[in-house]
Amino acid sequence: MLARLKSALLAGLAAALLGLPLLGFRLTDSATGLSLALRPWWVAAAFGVVMAGRFVMDGLRLPDIQFQAPHDIRRQAGLGLTLFAALLPLLPFAGRNVVDMATMVLIYVMLGWGLNIVVGLAGLLDLGFVAFYAVGAYSYALFAQYFHLSFWICLPLAGMLAALFGLVLGFPVLRLRGDYLAIVTLGFGEMIRQVLLNWQSLTGGPRGLSGIPRPTLFGVTFTPEARVIFLYYVILGLALMVNLLALRLRRLPIGRAWEALREDEIACRSLGLNPTLLKLSAFATGAMCAGLAGSFFATRQGFISPESFTFMESAVILAIVVLGGMGSQIGIVLAAVLLVGLPEWFREFQQYRMLAFGIVMVLIMLWRPSGLLSARAPSIRLGPAP
Amino acid sequence: MEYFLQQVINGVTLGGIYGLIAIGYTMVYGIIGMINFAHGEVYMLGAFTALIAFLAATLLGGADSALGLAIALVATMGFTALWGWAIERVAYRRLRKAPRLAPLISAIGMSVVLQNFVQVTQGARVKPLPPVVHGGFTLMQAGTFKVDLSWLQIGILLLTLALMAGFTWVITKTPLGRAQRATQQDAKMAALLGIDVDRVISTTFVIGAALAGVAGLMVTLYYGVIDFYIGFLAGIKAFTAAVLGGIGSLPGAMLGGLLIGLIEALWSGYFSIEYKDIAAFSVLILVLLFRPSGLLGRPDVEKV
Amino acid sequence: MRFGGLTAIAGVSFQAHPNQITAIIGPNGAGKTTLFNCLTGFYRPSAGRITLNGLPLERLADHQIARQARIARTFQNIRLFPMMTVLENLMVARHAPLMKASLFSVAGLLGLKRYRDAEADAIEVARRWLDRFDLTAFADTEAGALPHGKQRHLEIARALCTDPVLLCLDEPAAGLNPRETAELTERLADLRRTDDIAMLLIEHDMSVVMGVSDHIVVLDHGRKIAEGSPFEIKRDPAVIRAYLGETDDEALPPDVAGDVAC
Repeated sequence: MLARLKSALLAGLAAALLGLPLLGFRLTDSATGLSLALRPWWVAAAFGVVMAGRFVMDGLRLPDIQFQAPHDIRRQAGLGLTLFAALLPLLPFAGRNVVDMATMVLIYVMLGWGLNIVVGLAGLLDLGFVAFYAVGAYSYALFAQYFHLSFWICLPLAGMLAALFGLVLGFPVLRLRGDYLAIVTLGFGEMIRQVLLNWQSLTGGPRGLSGIPRPTLFGVTFTPEARVIFLYYVILGLALMVNLLALRLRRLPIGRAWEALREDEIACRSLGLNPTLLKLSAFATGAMCAGLAGSFFATRQGFISPESFTFMESAVILAIVVLGGMGSQIGIVLAAVLLVGLPEWFREFQQYRMLAFGIVMVLIMLWRPSGLLSARAPSIRLGPAP
Repeated sequence: MEYFLQQVINGVTLGGIYGLIAIGYTMVYGIIGMINFAHGEVYMLGAFTALIAFLAATLLGGADSALGLAIALVATMGFTALWGWAIERVAYRRLRKAPRLAPLISAIGMSVVLQNFVQVTQGARVKPLPPVVHGGFTLMQAGTFKVDLSWLQIGILLLTLALMAGFTWVITKTPLGRAQRATQQDAKMAALLGIDVDRVISTTFVIGAALAGVAGLMVTLYYGVIDFYIGFLAGIKAFTAAVLGGIGSLPGAMLGGLLIGLIEALWSGYFSIEYKDIAAFSVLILVLLFRPSGLLGRPDVEKV
Repeated sequence: MRFGGLTAIAGVSFQAHPNQITAIIGPNGAGKTTLFNCLTGFYRPSAGRITLNGLPLERLADHQIARQARIARTFQNIRLFPMMTVLENLMVARHAPLMKASLFSVAGLLGLKRYRDAEADAIEVARRWLDRFDLTAFADTEAGALPHGKQRHLEIARALCTDPVLLCLDEPAAGLNPRETAELTERLADLRRTDDIAMLLIEHDMSVVMGVSDHIVVLDHGRKIAEGSPFEIKRDPAVIRAYLGETDDEALPPDVAGDVAC
């Protein structure tokens, strides 16, 4: 008990010391330029909060459960979730806001499932995934603006274009080892954003593109209320399609080869697998999913700008994949709800929301380094499933 | 020619700042093989701490500018060092044996936390600081165009050189440096030989963070405006510098920083200022393609 | 093959034949693994040629060698896909034919019969090798969870699953206990008897080498110093010198001398 108090006290002191300059002083604008205001009570608050937090955490033993549900239970959970998602707009509590938020969550679920093919299956750390999302969004916006093509024609085009980008960007860099690949993909993500920002004549620069046409269904246009529900079903369909694609690919030779590549590239080469081709195909498949999600995003918002495609987005998507437990489709849904859905509730606390988001990210990693759900199911069996 | 020289001077100054940040990346990567994503934010914290410390000393404490700068330097190094220590202790230490991606995600989370911590405590608006160090001298004059070398640039370069020299001495000559290099090569063996690996890693973070803090101070003085978002771009550029020079190599980090600074200055001087960030990344990609081990890094032979 | 100023192997030539085991022995650092790496394309030889049935290997990338020249190999420190099951490990080795059958995933995604049949065939091939290496009971276990000896067997089975004409085994008995080693020796002898595969074997355990090989090549400092049947090699003065150094035999403890000359 005494040791607990002591450790809590130390943590509190460390926090107070760390926060001293930034919490204790506030930079303020004054007539003569910058000025400083003192606020010692913020430091005291940090001391108190961290000490109490540490004291509670020390006492709290988080259970180290492995969520290793048998195969058929996971399957049922998946079906149950799908059913719930399909019926969501009809449920009594589901107002326009709820459906709208669920749409947002589903975009991230779809992006997560797409990125999971790259990171979870093929083991390629991609920190620039948002680039393909942006390519999808801008290509729909531009196709619609210049060629007046409908959403349903642009959608596959955007997917293909994003995949093409994946191939072109991936080709020179996929020889690189893990962490280098991460940093180069991050660089690519930033480069695409810079181009969007600076190629004013095409992309509208920082002002972005607005007036992007809303989707129709066989020529039927929707009232704003009905459109929310329509869009929800569109993204649900798209997300489920990506899910199905990922699940099927995993059971095919290419999926197994991706996983093998993640496990040991040298062994793969000795078995006659061409790593470059495999990496490229994973990269392009993931990019295609992001492109599809991007063009949906564009049509939903009606307005896009480089603001929506910052590195933070890539980080959030990657966090969803890793927190979910790489390779687990349901884990990704869970993580997306946790990281995107919950913060949406707290929109009013805009600033604190991102702060809490970061803290949650760190805490979950500390608690479960391999993700929330991390059991792997074999893609093929000789004997019966247990 | 004069214009070129001016760009080189600006580039070298900028390069020194990148180099100081890059050291933190290269050392941490060398020793635990992770990209310390939050390092750019430590630099940003350094910039804010420097600004606050300087204002506190001059406005509240009544010190003159020179004393104020000295106080700001010491305070910045101290506080960022503490932050570096705390970040490692809280977010990375427990994940050292975890799957490869876990510390990276934790680091990204930490980076989000720090950015928003500063935004919440100091607001999102940019913070302007009027020039503190004035003057300089003119090296050359051609018509109306003058090649200036300001005292501030000289100061930045000298301080960078001094820190580099001191740091190189620590790494090559002291027992601490020896322990650090040993841990970098084989942490398990070093631990068996009685080196306190945890402490070595902590020290690495502390030193890297203190140097990034100094870079933050320099940027505050050099550009005169900072906001909570400056850590991100500077962070990736500094990492680019570390990779360019050869990750794990200290002279490499310096050289890489210098090159990135030069490329950026020359590119914005001659081509377009909008695409200067793209120039830096293109260089990174080219280097990785043709010389993946960086300019001064050791090529790693694939062990089969 | 040179690394910087170091010449790892030079001027080594020998032949391998189907249904025969050619052992490559030599002291540590003699260049045995480097030889394998050149052969399987992990290193590109600085000069010279390597041919298999007339196919120039030095121009092919490693994965092309595995597929076109049908050379398979195992590694000194086992390289399995540890998170994948034993069966999945073998299925990866059937990648090329399966990929073709799935029309680069299109037929597979659609679930066409053509792909389903090919998959069933691949499972059959895998099962045959599993049976021969007594691994069938572990088919759905994670490869990383197998005991060390079984992992060695699995790696060999996986290499065989690619249908090779030449199989390169890099110290397959390393880390095995005597019982497991005996078992391995028997498996290798069995392979030599029934399958038309040429085998190259790097091994330090002389009981394995002398027990199964038809032909032995001795390397030292990157050069071939002797070649011949196990019987000839045992008495070759150059070999004895390479292993024991120039010193007088009597100066060494008898068990060391005995081990080499067995």
